[in-house]
Amino acid sequence: MALQTTTVAKDPQHPIDPAAGAVPQPEVSPDLMLVKQARAGDSGAFEQLVMQYERQIFRTALHITQNREDAEDITQDVFFKAFQKLNQFQGNSKFSTWLVRIAVNESLMRLRKRRSSKTVSIDQDVETDGGSIPRDFAEWRPNPEQNYSQAQLAEILRRTIAGLPPGFRTVFTLRDIENLSTEETAAALGLSVPAVKSRLLRARLQLRERLSRYFRRNEASE
Amino acid sequence: MNCTEFLSKLTDYFDGQIDPSLLAEVKAHLGTCHHCEVVVDTTRKTIDVYRGAAAYEFPQELADRLRAAVMERCRATGKLPDIKTK
Repeated sequence: MALQTTTVAKDPQHPIDPAAGAVPQPEVSPDLMLVKQARAGDSGAFEQLVMQYERQIFRTALHITQNREDAEDITQDVFFKAFQKLNQFQGNSKFSTWLVRIAVNESLMRLRKRRSSKTVSIDQDVETDGGSIPRDFAEWRPNPEQNYSQAQLAEILRRTIAGLPPGFRTVFTLRDIENLSTEETAAALGLSVPAVKSRLLRARLQLRERLSRYFRRNEASE
Repeated sequence: MNCTEFLSKLTDYFDGQIDPSLLAEVKAHLGTCHHCEVVVDTTRKTIDVYRGAAAYEFPQELADRLRAAVMERCRATGKLPDIKTK
């Protein structure tokens, strides 16, 4: 079992230069240490993992399902499933990516249940080119978000992202809000890297187009 | 490079993963196309505003409640003999 992970040479574009010094030794990540302790029955170690990632998992579930009750249930289910499957976590990916993958699957399942007969998947609504061509070329005000209260801005952001198809919303959430890399997002969603890039582009452009109605420069007053 | 070709490189451009041989072409297009310059500026702002603002609150009370429920379910399996809590 490959329990050890390494914190170096993750980026294939920046390989380690052997001439630069000694070859770094693989490090056991802090998360993997906690996983091993939890496997041995240490509830404090597992609780620590829950504390570290509950916010990320809740936010991911809420962004995908757009339903607070579902997100609360999913957050519980994700950590309980992770606990039950701790022995299956090999340490080949980040623990957080492993959790996110479970969260995405649970969230899409919830959407399916809510829409009963309709199939909901990461591929839904992404076949068309709709929304991928910019139409709004208005410049935005400087720091446009400062024209709104925190609550108003949050409402605008929620309403705007809720209008995206689930497939776009999920990719944008993982890549741009939760800061997963393109490769991690692809792994979490079971998509290819080009597919993630394509969905991300369209998600970003559609959000930009929708936010523009709130943030564009008002020519008449400036 | 035209606008369609530029858009196809936009994700790589934002992520700093654009092929160096194409970077000069991308920058040259940006220098001459105001529409694409606006798209880049406003798309970057879109990403920034979502990263910087909490669209959803996650109050401590909710975090505590969810975590307690998770730990209770885990302990009920009998696989966590250690009962210490945070």
